[in-house]
Amino acid sequence: MLTISAELRSKIVAHALADHPDEACGVIAGPAGSDRPERFIPMLNAERSPTFYRFDSMEHFRIWRDMDDRDEEPVVIYHSHTATEAYPSRTDISLASEPGAHYVLVSTRDADRPEFRSFRIFDGKVTEEDVRVAPE
Amino acid sequence: MAIEVRIPTILRSYTGGAKSVEGSGSTLDELIADLDGRYDGLRERLVDDVGLRRFINVYLNDEDVRFIGGLAAPVSDGDTVTVLPAVAGGAR
Repeated sequence: MLTISAELRSKIVAHALADHPDEACGVIAGPAGSDRPERFIPMLNAERSPTFYRFDSMEHFRIWRDMDDRDEEPVVIYHSHTATEAYPSRTDISLASEPGAHYVLVSTRDADRPEFRSFRIFDGKVTEEDVRVAPE
Repeated sequence: MAIEVRIPTILRSYTGGAKSVEGSGSTLDELIADLDGRYDGLRERLVDDVGLRRFINVYLNDEDVRFIGGLAAPVSDGDTVTVLPAVAGGAR
């Protein structure tokens, strides 16, 4: 299960809506081993594409080094799908490379009702998990 | 002195769990070959027939090696090499 604050959940959705129709992506960092998403880090989508995302390689390097220095890890890795459901695509599954992260997918295909779902992706297997939105 | 290589979580199964290992060589290619001698199979995860795999990022100190020669990039003792699998995907 992913437990996330209402504030962070709305930040992810707001980022996805702002970048629509391109896919948006980012990270929420948290203390290593805590499983608590705390620090919101919207990332550039270097592909600027409605069907693909990739972290900019230099921004990726800097953010991962910052997390290391702060003893944090990527608790949530999020991205949006802008015309399809909030479910990992084959590409998402084959490229997933952070076995400890919650992969959050947002769909902005209906801007009035964005979908927000969370998954574990490990070794080619997808497991959806519950999302608990914690009160502030 | 040696070259420090930082290994991402997903490849630590090749390094016995180590976050960071040491190697030697005068180019990135040689360094990866040296590591593969001790961590069998690691090279295959980083390199394919044409060079560095598309969804693997390798940094020499603070630079993406793609901009400084890729596998031919010169490396030397005291350098730090960081491997990060790209974070990528999408609906396509």
